[in-house]
Amino acid sequence: MSGFCRDCLAPASPGARRCAACGSPRLLFHEEMDALAIAHLDCDAFYASVEKRDDPALAHRPVIIGGGRRGVVSTACYVARTYGVRSAMPMFKALKACPDAVVIKPNMAKYRDVSRAIRTRMQALTPLVETLSLDEAFLDLSGTDRLHGQCPARVLARLAKEIERDIGITVSIGLSYNKFLAKVASDLRKPRGFAVIGRKEARDFLRERPISTIFGVGKVTGGKLSARGYQTLGQLQDADDKTLLRDLGPSGPHMAALARGQDARRVTPHAPAKSVSAETTFEYDLAKHAELEPVLWRLCERVSARAKLAGIGGQIVTLKLKDRQFHTETRRHTSERPTQLAGEIFKVAHALLVSRAEGMPYRLIGVGISGLSPADACDQPDLLDKDEGRAARAERAIDKLRERFGDAIIAKGRSFKQT
Amino acid sequence: MRLTVERGAFLKSLNHVQSVVERRNTIPILSNVLIDAQKDRLSLMATDLDIEIVESLEAEISRPGATTVSAHRLYDVVRKLPEGSQAQLDANGAEGHLRLNAGRSKFQLTCLPREDFPAMTAGNLPHHFGIDAADLRRLIDKTRFAISTEETRYYLNGVYLHAFKGKDQALLRAVATDGHRLARFEIPLPEGAAEMPGVIVPRKAVQELRKLLDDATGPIEVAVSDTKIRFAFGSVILTSKLIDGTFPDYQRVIPSGNDKILDVNASDLAEAVDRVATISAEKTRAVKLNLERDRLTLSVVNPEAGSANEELPVDYGAEPLEIGFNARYLLDILQQLDGSEAKFLLADAGSPTVVRDAGEGADLSTLYVLMPMRV
Repeated sequence: MSGFCRDCLAPASPGARRCAACGSPRLLFHEEMDALAIAHLDCDAFYASVEKRDDPALAHRPVIIGGGRRGVVSTACYVARTYGVRSAMPMFKALKACPDAVVIKPNMAKYRDVSRAIRTRMQALTPLVETLSLDEAFLDLSGTDRLHGQCPARVLARLAKEIERDIGITVSIGLSYNKFLAKVASDLRKPRGFAVIGRKEARDFLRERPISTIFGVGKVTGGKLSARGYQTLGQLQDADDKTLLRDLGPSGPHMAALARGQDARRVTPHAPAKSVSAETTFEYDLAKHAELEPVLWRLCERVSARAKLAGIGGQIVTLKLKDRQFHTETRRHTSERPTQLAGEIFKVAHALLVSRAEGMPYRLIGVGISGLSPADACDQPDLLDKDEGRAARAERAIDKLRERFGDAIIAKGRSFKQT
Repeated sequence: MRLTVERGAFLKSLNHVQSVVERRNTIPILSNVLIDAQKDRLSLMATDLDIEIVESLEAEISRPGATTVSAHRLYDVVRKLPEGSQAQLDANGAEGHLRLNAGRSKFQLTCLPREDFPAMTAGNLPHHFGIDAADLRRLIDKTRFAISTEETRYYLNGVYLHAFKGKDQALLRAVATDGHRLARFEIPLPEGAAEMPGVIVPRKAVQELRKLLDDATGPIEVAVSDTKIRFAFGSVILTSKLIDGTFPDYQRVIPSGNDKILDVNASDLAEAVDRVATISAEKTRAVKLNLERDRLTLSVVNPEAGSANEELPVDYGAEPLEIGFNARYLLDILQQLDGSEAKFLLADAGSPTVVRDAGEGADLSTLYVLMPMRV
């Protein structure tokens, strides 16, 4: 059984309670430690941690990152979590549970910068870094032992330590032999955690865990699974493929493989995007098309800006609406030609919106593009375009202005509320 | 209803009418073909509510009557009957079945009552004219590839058929465009068509009509109103609704001042474009044409796949020009040309280009416009 101290990285002998070198209790032992190389790194309460880092006065106060009275909690710090605040909780509920919380509007640009700094450090260790979002990523450190002069576990412990020291936020790490288990592990000892799941114990370890452990199994799938008698991963482990296929369809055997600790998915850096989208929850429910339009336009601009930045465009425009009962409906339209222009995305999304009867109050609206193509396949000139590309040229001119002087320098009239 | 019909004739007619029936139907009766036996004629009718095809054929009718059965199933049954056999059809309204016997085979097909079968009310079709089957075939063949599938521009989802006063003579013109390319074909205006309104014949009607035209000869009677069009030939009648919309002013997009002229062997160019386009990206299909004096260089660069180049001797005297096209659209047009040569009339890299049929065997009644791509 090998082990080391997560604070000073000195080797630790099995059975020790504190590090012989620095006295820290954060010792890590595992039989298979040297043989595991797939890791999942997850920042602890990321947005909140960044805000706390930048304002030490917040350090011991409950902090919630989220937007407006009607928004949802995007991140709650660990103090706020002790009051029962959770991410994705509606803000009014969160404030009821924790009236003293400091609510901060998310500053995505700042979080992106921090995220990029962390990613750079991960990429210094291995080219196989697959970022899942701003605050989590998979790393494959297989075959890097010689390069780093130590096993992946130690490399990761040092990474966590350096992120904390240099960037000022804490992370939790899960280490195992595949992506699924690495992700499960990173969640085990949050915050500032480091958990290891080895080949030997994986199956038994998973046995008693709920099926919601599998990523993507939420309320809906979970309900279906438990209706068929699957509540723990153990029950999935024991079923044979034929039964699984019958009970759960094609994804059954796949879920059972995960439940048995088998996951063949590789860590793939920059998996190409499949869609670009943006959505927003309103302060108050909006029902009138005239009220929804300015919001929709701004979303289209956001999607368009991101698509232009990524050098892509999409053929399918999807409009998403969520009503008071939290029922979500999406409508999509496939055009013949892919676009990355806000004006074109808006045209389609707006047509999808007005095809809905007016008067239904919505709490959220979103728009996205998919069926992606490279930028040079997008917005090719059209024989029948009456204004001969003037709208497109105007939009590109606006983009240039914004690039130089910032987003606020110019805006379309339709982005303002009608009075 | 009781009748005997020869399998071969029955199959041919069924084939004509069943193709209008959609594979998936939410309204059951629309999956069916109406079989109507009166006197010595058997008539078959199928519809998708937008198009209706009726065909009559000879049969030995011992008891008149009518019923409806699944069009595709009946077609499959008849198709599998031995060649040269006679099919006996027998239905009495009370049973809800059509019995079909041929030799040793016996079928009972489920029926729906004929009263449920929707008939298209054609209304008055005031404009009549005759057109030669070969002419109608060409009107379709030369234009239909350019029909748009973009639902938001529904008025482009068909062929625009209209009378046009040309310089020397009156013309019947067919135009189709999807915004990338435009195809125009014209024939001398048939007698009786001068007053017809400009109509947009939907894509599916065009396709169905073209199938029926495969073995048609001689004159075809066309009748038109503002909302419907009917083609009658031999024993077949196709009636279709028209697209209710305004076809854009296509004359506006046909440039008249393009003065850079390129003459090139049509099949050489088509082959070269096809070759270099193998490298092009699936989504863009861009091919670049580099024009210098009497030399055309085709090139494709695709960062993911590599690059390709091909040089062609051409007839070109204007100043050098670099212009990009979608290879597929370029090929579509080149394949439509009858002549040995293609004549390109160009302006610049961002303006519509005109392509005309030229050289030996050229058909000067065709005109194509192609929008360049940014490359």
